[in-house]
Amino acid sequence: MADPAAAATATAKAAAAAKATTVPTKARRSVEFRGGGFVPQSRRWIGLVVFIVLLLAAEAGTRSGFISNLTLPRPSDVLATFVELFQSGLLWKHLLPSVSRLMVGALLGATVGIGVGILIGLFSLVRAGLVPLVAAIFPIPKIALLPLFVIWFGIDEGSKYALIAFGTFTPTVVATYGAVDNVDRTLIRMGQSFSLSWFSIVRKIVLPGAMPGILSGLRISLAIAIILLVAAEMLGAEYGIGAYILEAGALYDLERLFVGVTILSILGVCVSAALTKVEKHLLRWRV
Amino acid sequence: MELQLENIGHSYDGLTVLQDISLNIPTGRIICVVGPSGCGKSTLLRLIGGLERPTTGQVLQLGSPPARSINPLTYIFQDFALLPWRTVEGNISLVLEDHQLKTAETAAIIDDVLARTKLSDFRTALPRQLSGGMKQRVAIARALAVSPAVMLMDEPLSALDSQTRELLMDDLIGLWIREKFTAIYVTHNLNEAVRLGHSIVILSRRPGQIREVVEIDIPLDQRHPGEPELESKQQHLWQMMRDEAAAADKELIDG
Repeated sequence: MADPAAAATATAKAAAAAKATTVPTKARRSVEFRGGGFVPQSRRWIGLVVFIVLLLAAEAGTRSGFISNLTLPRPSDVLATFVELFQSGLLWKHLLPSVSRLMVGALLGATVGIGVGILIGLFSLVRAGLVPLVAAIFPIPKIALLPLFVIWFGIDEGSKYALIAFGTFTPTVVATYGAVDNVDRTLIRMGQSFSLSWFSIVRKIVLPGAMPGILSGLRISLAIAIILLVAAEMLGAEYGIGAYILEAGALYDLERLFVGVTILSILGVCVSAALTKVEKHLLRWRV
Repeated sequence: MELQLENIGHSYDGLTVLQDISLNIPTGRIICVVGPSGCGKSTLLRLIGGLERPTTGQVLQLGSPPARSINPLTYIFQDFALLPWRTVEGNISLVLEDHQLKTAETAAIIDDVLARTKLSDFRTALPRQLSGGMKQRVAIARALAVSPAVMLMDEPLSALDSQTRELLMDDLIGLWIREKFTAIYVTHNLNEAVRLGHSIVILSRRPGQIREVVEIDIPLDQRHPGEPELESKQQHLWQMMRDEAAAADKELIDG
């Protein structure tokens, strides 16, 4: 370091120079703000507002005759149909079998999918053998296989479970092995350096580390499960939301069609909300 | 337990990173390994701890580790390697769970290491709530919990700011004074090396070879910053490394 006296004179000089440049006649203004934006912020009720505005527009349009009743059913009529369905007790008769099909099918598909995904992530032999197979069955529209499922699992619940399970299986596998691949290798190496057993490393490091990826994969898988629910109920289901929608569609009963679609949509929102709860609990170590 | 490296050499896909390294690691001393970036310091540490196999030569254990040592060769990593989903306590118990210890025994060990690293008030905190320095303290506590015979420290202070580094260096010296552990301390920071090392091994740039071993005889607790002898040793190390570091800096990463 230079001696302090020289440093002091240097600062004094610099201060004098700075003083000389701030000529008093120059205008003072604050620096223009250029930051901000690009940060998602939580605006809780906006989504609901958009929804309500759209519904009100549809209501106004159909009432004024701007939108004909053949194009779009009147939202208030749809609501009335829903209330009717609820009061007649048919709602539960349709909803309960659907929810149980969804739960059994999705549970089956997701469990097997997570299991296979973890095996693919852990063993290169399984990976080499199964990844091409999964890639081959992923793009097959599962609905196309419906007749096959009927032969394999019977026309009853079996084929419906199988269809939903099969549809949730592939996206879950892909998400799971991706998540396992993304587990921080330094953590695994840490586990090895403390001589943890293989099983301990998988259970205590790989699985929790893959959990965020698995859960976000489940979001997609469960949405697909709901889509497939309708397909599954195309086959000789007397009751079920899918059966209800198909029947309404065949009759061009738009009010009932929309009631059915709305129920599916609400079902989807509920599933997603439940997943968010699970995520909040399992991933509370994040953020 | 002593460690002995015999003609260690290592290469990745035909690229030699380490060559002909022979070294003795006596009990109760801290050996610092310094060298320009990419000279294979961290690779050497992985070889010593058995996380990788050397291409040539071997790492020998002389004698057996003390009976109470749960994990004789224990690492401390640069990026802490704490499980983000486990609390401070949970991260320490992780490394004890596989060893059939009694619950009371585990609790006693955790209490002891948390006290030694001044973390007792933070046992239920999650890693994300801790500063970098605190995270590394947790990692040190975790390493102490398995009472290692040799600590393998891979740039443990490099991810920390300089003030935290000073504090943790004091902590490490305090821990060593209390219980004279054996350590191999890899760093690129020469100041850390002269403060903590009983001997300092200087590696050349790739392929890494031992250029010189510098011994420092001043006891660890008397090595105050600014001490002339340390300064001159550090200067000497830098003189030796300077050209190597400059040359290493100009190398393409994958040759």
